[in-house]
Amino acid sequence: MTVDLPVLEQTAAPRAASARWSRYARPALGLVLPVACALGWELVVDLGYSNGRLVPPPSKVFETIVELGKSGELTRHILATLWRVGAGFALGVIAGTILGAISGYWSFARRLLDPTVQAMRAIPSLAWVPLFVLWLGIFETSKIVLIAVGVFFPIYLGVMGAILSVDRKIVEVGRVFRLSGPAMIRRILLPAVLPAYVVALRVGLGLGWMFVVAAELIGASEGLGYLLLDGQQLGKPAQILAAIVIFAILGKLTDWLIEAAAAPLLRWQDAFGARGGV
Amino acid sequence: MLALKEVGKTYPNGVHALERFSAEIQLGEIIAIIGGSGCGKSTLLRAIAGLDRATSGAVILDNAVITSPHAKIGIIFQEPRLLPWLTVADNIGFGLADLPAEVRRERIAAALARVGLADKANAWPRELSGGQAQRVAIARALVPQPEVLLLDEPFSALDAFTRRDLQDHLLDLWADTRPTLILVTHDVDEAVVLADRVLVMRPRPGRLFQEITINLARPRDRKSELFDNFKRRVLTALDRSLDRAVRDPADKSNAGEAMWW
Repeated sequence: MTVDLPVLEQTAAPRAASARWSRYARPALGLVLPVACALGWELVVDLGYSNGRLVPPPSKVFETIVELGKSGELTRHILATLWRVGAGFALGVIAGTILGAISGYWSFARRLLDPTVQAMRAIPSLAWVPLFVLWLGIFETSKIVLIAVGVFFPIYLGVMGAILSVDRKIVEVGRVFRLSGPAMIRRILLPAVLPAYVVALRVGLGLGWMFVVAAELIGASEGLGYLLLDGQQLGKPAQILAAIVIFAILGKLTDWLIEAAAAPLLRWQDAFGARGGV
Repeated sequence: MLALKEVGKTYPNGVHALERFSAEIQLGEIIAIIGGSGCGKSTLLRAIAGLDRATSGAVILDNAVITSPHAKIGIIFQEPRLLPWLTVADNIGFGLADLPAEVRRERIAAALARVGLADKANAWPRELSGGQAQRVAIARALVPQPEVLLLDEPFSALDAFTRRDLQDHLLDLWADTRPTLILVTHDVDEAVVLADRVLVMRPRPGRLFQEITINLARPRDRKSELFDNFKRRVLTALDRSLDRAVRDPADKSNAGEAMWW
């Protein structure tokens, strides 16, 4: 026992150090592999072991982005894609929220509506593409509707599930204070549902980005998806990689926007943000 | 006055939870309802609160039949049930939404000071201890100044020390406006320290078994011999209520009814 004591005392300082380690170094650890791969590939191409034609080195990809940016073409493609994702996401969110809320709140509507929606959900969304093209034409409308369909389902499910899982005990508090229907929705249901809704929005947005690529591969004359297709057809892998990198940046950025916008509303939550670490 | 007239409850699944429970409770009285599990004490409380309707009989408060939650009746549950997205102050003011903001703020501040949590006004419920959270729940229920306050095993989730503390605190708060308190509990100590009358219930179906009046002056000394004496009486009644060999005091009238059928 006496031997253990000094050892125990010593552990205090290293523990503080290890806390710092887990805060900064651990996320950085995740960067080691991709950065090493990129640098390694850059070196391999530089030293002439590979011509880097099919797998261009990072510097080449960066060069392509700058080039596209200079000509103003990149802005045009990004704006086209952002507009499609934005419009499709908005439509999907509106429809998913309204129908999900109705299904969650009103059990008659759930029995009427939910089986159909679930059946539709089982259809791979891309299977709609030919039909949408026939119905809505090859231009913007069919693309936006396809994205909206992709966004709709996670939002619908998220909203419905969140309403159904609101704690009965909390609802009872509202009843004890004799809240009217609208007051119950505003003061109890909405705040209770909000955390799950934010998650649903983020999942929906992720699907929106997925579907915009599919939509733009159908046939488009601008947009990041068009850059992908154009890169394939003209044999410009650097352009494909450039588009992929920009997709990643935009996807992460818009996701972060939702998270940041919701954070002040979710400050009360136990597990939100800071505590989610380690 | 609160009158319970042959209140009965049979759930849709056929469980006969409560049978013809009658009592008259004066304004300002403190009643403890005690009994073994499944004796229908929570069912009774929910019927008085208007959360669940009685299937027979009636709950009458000042000549009004209670069928849904009523402005004059407040309830405190076993769990604090604070709204996690509201600060402590907003939780306490939850039932005051109709009042002008100025009045509301004053009432909240007064209530916070009264339960000794003035420094926690802007804290989130998750930052409170169990005892503090239940204090906030008590303040939330008392702030609209109900005539009847129902308590459903309000301190059973707390440790013994905090429980005593809150029992004394509850009596203290009760003295301010002297509402009627109806407390469901399974803690004999709690019943004897708080109540003017202890109603002992017996299970299957839940019904009134015995009524014990605790005519002890407040504050009551938990360690006094008289206190122990009353505790023993309640315990004896509880034991007898669970003993199937002991017949209901009201058995005669029931038997007559059965014969008539």
